[in-house]
Amino acid sequence: MSDDFTELTVANLSRHYGRRKALARVSFSVKAGDIVGLLGPNGAGKSTLLAILGTLLAPSEGEVRYGTVTADDGGAALRGRIGMLGHDLFLYPELTAFENLVFFGRMYGITDAPARARQALERAGLGERGHDVVSGFSRGMRQRVALERALQHQPRLLLLDEPFTGLDQASTAALVARLREEQARGVLIILATHDLDIVDGLLTHELFLRNGRLLTIGGGGGSLRDRYRATVATA
Amino acid sequence: MKDFFRVALLVVRKDLMVEARSLEVLSTTLFFALTVVLVFAFGLVREGRPVDDVAAAILWIATAFSGTLALGRTFERERQADTLRALMLAPADRPAIYAGKLAGMLLLMSLVEAVLVPLVGLLFQAPIFDYPLHLAVLLLAGTTGFAAVGTLFAAMLVRARSRDVMLPILLYPITVPVMIAGVRGTAAIFQSTPDEPLARFWIALLVFFDVVFVTLALWTFEPVMTE
Repeated sequence: MSDDFTELTVANLSRHYGRRKALARVSFSVKAGDIVGLLGPNGAGKSTLLAILGTLLAPSEGEVRYGTVTADDGGAALRGRIGMLGHDLFLYPELTAFENLVFFGRMYGITDAPARARQALERAGLGERGHDVVSGFSRGMRQRVALERALQHQPRLLLLDEPFTGLDQASTAALVARLREEQARGVLIILATHDLDIVDGLLTHELFLRNGRLLTIGGGGGSLRDRYRATVATA
Repeated sequence: MKDFFRVALLVVRKDLMVEARSLEVLSTTLFFALTVVLVFAFGLVREGRPVDDVAAAILWIATAFSGTLALGRTFERERQADTLRALMLAPADRPAIYAGKLAGMLLLMSLVEAVLVPLVGLLFQAPIFDYPLHLAVLLLAGTTGFAAVGTLFAAMLVRARSRDVMLPILLYPITVPVMIAGVRGTAAIFQSTPDEPLARFWIALLVFFDVVFVTLALWTFEPVMTE
């Protein structure tokens, strides 16, 4: 069953845009409860990899297996088990936070979408602002609504692209705590980030991408930032 | 099938709600369409008498150009916060999302046409009330064919840098048959001696185009959006 997958396997994954290789033969395997960091400079292929994992983009070569099924086999049922927070947040600025959550809740087939949306807004600390249009929110507030949008259908796989962008210290701490909660629930979390200091200690796996290739991040001691620097220097 | 229509309806409702808040697409499209008709009226109406048989062509030119503008603006809105990707990620039939976007576009273009038709009738002395049902069916069928192709291409180009240039380049050559059928069918009922059988022929041809274009678009929407 696609909705029960506990393992994600990426095998020889490549993606070309014309002659440009965004990803080249990337392979890895991760499991439920992991928090995986996709690290690397801009243009390394992180967002492309997230889009393929989110079934939004087809690979040029290779495959992704969600448990035993591929994106083609899993179809809509598989997409219902994936939550994604993109860099652009996926929210309609003209709609209120509540309307956004209800709309996407209904798209995901949540039976009592308004009640779930109200809970999500409370959880995000935006219960009082739920009926304000999203365009009037700060980046941090929009980010919190977007995270609730990505999580309200209780996904098995959570994909996050730069989730800490625009968050203040308190919101960052709240997001880290939330990710740990989801991890404890058995959600597999894959996040692309440049905020190495924030995710240091949070990640269970680190994947370093450069020019579309997966490199082994340096082991040994030191902070994640030190190891990242060492990897960049030797790559 | 029930789920298909549920999702399509959700997308239409959402689009209408967003448009009702901003009126951005409707106002710009309507303003542009009215300007096109007025410019033609200044050029082609002499001493209160329009050049013969131009009303149908002007109606369809205004519809096509304003429709292109509406397509671009509607999908620009989906691009800004990358919401089209969020729709594609939902566990719904992806063609249902296309159907919802198409239905929203049809509603918007119908509103514009509801203003355009009386204006064309007034300025170009077109007999819009002689065959109102034929005219309505011609407009609906022609707009459906145009919007079916336009919605697919606009969605496909949403992440392309040159989308504003590419949309008309791709759209117009493919929808030329629809435009020709629309103009000829409308001209058949606007001419001094209306030719109803000819109008029916063009309506049948437009319905044929609609079936082909909508079927192809539903079939190709998912692959073109993920390639």
